[in-house]
Amino acid sequence: MNVLKNDPLVLPPLLSDAANSESALKKFLNGLAGVDKVGVEERVAKLGTRSIKTTAKAEGIDLAIRMIDLTTLEGMDTKGKIKTLCAKARRPDPQDPNVPSVAAVCVYSDLVSIAKENLSGTTIKVAAVATGFPAGRVSLAAKLQDTSDAVSQGADEIDMVIDRGAFHEGRFLDIYDQIQSIKQVCKSAHLKVILETGELKTYDNVKKASWIAMLAGADFIKTSTGKVQPAATLPVTLVMLQAIRDFEMATHRRIGMKPAGGIKTTKDAMKYLVVLKETLGDKWMNPDMFRFGASSLLNDLLMQRQKMKNGAYSGPDYVTVD
Amino acid sequence: MVFEYAPAPESTKIVNLKSNYDLFIGGKFVKSKSGSNYKTINPATEEVLAEIIEASQKDVDEAVKSARKAFKSWSKLSGSERGKYLYRIARIIQERSRELAVLESMNNGKPIRESRDIDIPLVAAHFFHYAGWADKLDYAGLGKNPQALGVAGQIIPWNFPLLMLSWKIAPALAAGNTVVLKPAETTPLTALLFAEICQQAELPDGVVNIITGAGQTGQYLVNHSDIDKLAFTGSTEVGRLIAQSVSGTNKKVTLELGGKAANIVFDDAAMDQAVEGVVNGIFFNQGHVCCAGSRLLLQESISDDFLNLLYERMKTLRLGDPLDKNTDVGAINSASQLAKIKELSESGKSEGAQMWSAPCEIPNKGFWFAPTVFTNVSLSHRIAREEIFGPVLSVLTFRTPDEAIEKANNTPFGLSAGIWTEKGSRILEVAHKLRAGVIWANTFNKFDPTSPFGGYKESGYGREGGRHGLEAYLKAGK
Amino acid sequence: MSNLDVKRTAKLFIGGAFPRSESGRTYEIFDKNKKFVANVALASRKDARDCVVAARSAFTKWSEATAYNRAQVMYRVSEIMQGRREQFIEELSYWTKSKKEAEKEVDEAINRMVWFAGWSDKLAMVTGSNNPVAGSFFNFSVPEPTGVVATIAPEKSPLLGLVETIASAIVSGNSVIVIASETQPLAAVSLAEVLATSDVPAGVVNILTGSYKEIAPWLASHQDVNALDLTGVDKKSIAQELENQAAINLKRVLRPNTKLDGLTRIKTFLETKTVWHPRGF
Repeated sequence: MNVLKNDPLVLPPLLSDAANSESALKKFLNGLAGVDKVGVEERVAKLGTRSIKTTAKAEGIDLAIRMIDLTTLEGMDTKGKIKTLCAKARRPDPQDPNVPSVAAVCVYSDLVSIAKENLSGTTIKVAAVATGFPAGRVSLAAKLQDTSDAVSQGADEIDMVIDRGAFHEGRFLDIYDQIQSIKQVCKSAHLKVILETGELKTYDNVKKASWIAMLAGADFIKTSTGKVQPAATLPVTLVMLQAIRDFEMATHRRIGMKPAGGIKTTKDAMKYLVVLKETLGDKWMNPDMFRFGASSLLNDLLMQRQKMKNGAYSGPDYVTVD
Repeated sequence: MVFEYAPAPESTKIVNLKSNYDLFIGGKFVKSKSGSNYKTINPATEEVLAEIIEASQKDVDEAVKSARKAFKSWSKLSGSERGKYLYRIARIIQERSRELAVLESMNNGKPIRESRDIDIPLVAAHFFHYAGWADKLDYAGLGKNPQALGVAGQIIPWNFPLLMLSWKIAPALAAGNTVVLKPAETTPLTALLFAEICQQAELPDGVVNIITGAGQTGQYLVNHSDIDKLAFTGSTEVGRLIAQSVSGTNKKVTLELGGKAANIVFDDAAMDQAVEGVVNGIFFNQGHVCCAGSRLLLQESISDDFLNLLYERMKTLRLGDPLDKNTDVGAINSASQLAKIKELSESGKSEGAQMWSAPCEIPNKGFWFAPTVFTNVSLSHRIAREEIFGPVLSVLTFRTPDEAIEKANNTPFGLSAGIWTEKGSRILEVAHKLRAGVIWANTFNKFDPTSPFGGYKESGYGREGGRHGLEAYLKAGK
Repeated sequence: MSNLDVKRTAKLFIGGAFPRSESGRTYEIFDKNKKFVANVALASRKDARDCVVAARSAFTKWSEATAYNRAQVMYRVSEIMQGRREQFIEELSYWTKSKKEAEKEVDEAINRMVWFAGWSDKLAMVTGSNNPVAGSFFNFSVPEPTGVVATIAPEKSPLLGLVETIASAIVSGNSVIVIASETQPLAAVSLAEVLATSDVPAGVVNILTGSYKEIAPWLASHQDVNALDLTGVDKKSIAQELENQAAINLKRVLRPNTKLDGLTRIKTFLETKTVWHPRGF
């Protein structure tokens, strides 16, 4: 299952120059085709009408469960909380052993070792948010320290945040450099770069930030921390998926995608899978290439799964609240 | 395949099909005086849906007579009362929208997603918009106290059966006219259901009359001496005949005819939205759209990249059962239309253009044509000049804005055009220079009751929609 | 010493030039007392064809001119008409009952030109619209000229009727080919001279003298003409035939005996263009 493996990033000539200098990067980003807001939103609205029923829904639910980064990112997180979360990650539905495990648990960096312990013997990954999550307003040294702490505890994946202040100041190369530095510290851990699209505000910015992250070596690009509204949206996800597609066409390198925050219902999740399938195709329809950053989504998926199995609607008392 | 969509067919139970339909004249369904019958089918299955009357000269006379009789009181009714009837109709259409959508898709072959999300909501919106005009005619642009024209003969096409009905009937009634409407030969069913809606709304008898039939019935209507206004949407060929038929008469005419729209993509366009706009421009409603973006004009510097994106996008188009909620491309409306599309596509091949079709599985029964792109097309090819009225895109390239405009305008048609660029001044200049009645910039195939629609040159004359559309059914007061 | 008058040769007005008919033909015109007045060029179908070429090539520039510019050019026409007032009166007087009647027509014609000139930069305000569509789009409709308009000017009121047909077409940016009054063409010949000296770009107005019955069918069927104004057609069967011919390329047709106010007349030769654009950051 460990396919999250891209060879060391070697960019084709046209792109390798893109980040040679501040001005080169700016020029490159400004040369990207624009994004029309109405058009993007219209496209996802249309895709949102796809009717996912019976076999497709059953398959979609299990796939969505397998794609979840089951997340807890609270100041009051405790060892106990992480422990129950890991139990839930391993066996989401105690009544039904056929329910697959989630892809990963996502925790603050100081709790990585607890999560690792509780997931030993499984293929479930431990992802750690790092780099001064969620605002990222700490020194690069602190970000690097935060990251290497998580990595040394055994984090499989690092979810870093970009410097949105730098983005709005136009210091794109600083963002690029930071991502590269973090990537080095990650060693073999996979790097998800959180753009915090809710603070980038426009689709054009989302596209530019996606490219900065991909050029700098991100394995995944991720919409949001979950701490800023709006978090993940379908149109933002579509824009990022299209950037991923363009990047693949240019480099033959496949970048993963993680919408995070605000995806709460099975219906939402199905829409994301539809957008994913019709934008990037089957190659991305697996947990190695797509994740949902979510917590409450899992229980809704489980209830829908129970409904499909038993024919009757389930209720919150029939799923666990871990 | 991962996450393959399961069939999601819309139920047809909501539709109460009768085996036979009569004519709707004077507020009642009446038998034909002397007409013969024909069968209307579902183009996706070739199953017979119902028997329809081919109205005769006598039937048309009756319908016109009934409209004339109703005109006296309808035109004298206060605008606010007329408006309330139209509001009623709009509301009933909303209430019965699912039924109308399903029936439309059954009779026309268009995907339920489109009839449900586009056609029927726009139908209701048209009636709602014009309802509000009925008591505000002084602001139509013809000065105080403008007058209705009288009896309007209206002939509509099969591509948007109920939507075209609403474009015709709503402004006509708001202005105080009465109508005799003939739906297209192959798609009469929603018009006949609309007749029921008129009854439900208690619209006065004879204000709306619906006669079914083919070209001959249409001719009776066009040539009827007691018609004051003719409104036709359809081919330029028939539009020309109508223009000839009314010469020397006092009949006012609006014609909404064919097109061969250029969809111009510049190198700085928002690419993904442009691809989507091109797809929507030509594959919406199987390309059975007079304003379809059937000529893609690509700036040469981006043509390869753009076409790659377009082909990838087209591979995801889902062709099949129009009633399946996940269908993007439905059935071609008739065997004869399919033959025409095939014939023109063959000409494209034989004239040296390169044909690429999306890899769709074609159902065994019914009329189908896979979304198709022709490259290496030059302006002299038939597929670049003639309206195909099907899901066939002809791709041409250009180097400069002037060349794009020149090529776009190089057609006897002038209905619509598309422009894709992120540069505002370029949009406005290109829009200004295109000789077409509807310009979609960074979008395509958008319709709204407030937005005037209609063509330049051989795409017809007169406008439908908004205040301009109302004017077409009025004359200045005395 | 006697001083012999230098008589004017009445020629056609095509593309800003004053050619004789390519056919070399002329016809005689007579005043109300059947007295010979002048020989006038008898235009042929080839002259009509040349007019269409001239009008088409002038259309782009004229329709692209600013509305303010078109208004000034047309106002300038009225200024020069005013300067030639006496000449116009004299020319009309051959046929009017009284000189007073001629004066009235000339003054009205000048006023009419001024009135139409003023419409140039108001048309878009009055006939255009901003359409509140149900979605995130900016949508507007603007009037645009339909293109090349072929016109048969009225036989009677040879100046006022002529000014009306020309001015209502060109004010929005159309170019015109006008067939002047057959029996009373002198004012048209003079108006051509006015136009030639008043900043109207060559080809925007082209004036033919002769028989509309002979020339009009060629214009009605011409594929590069966009609209046909039948105002001056006095015979129903001919009007019908011309309208029938006009259908060949779906020309906009103004039927004879149509009662129109000036603005509606202008609108007959307008297209409405609707432009959509999305709104969003």
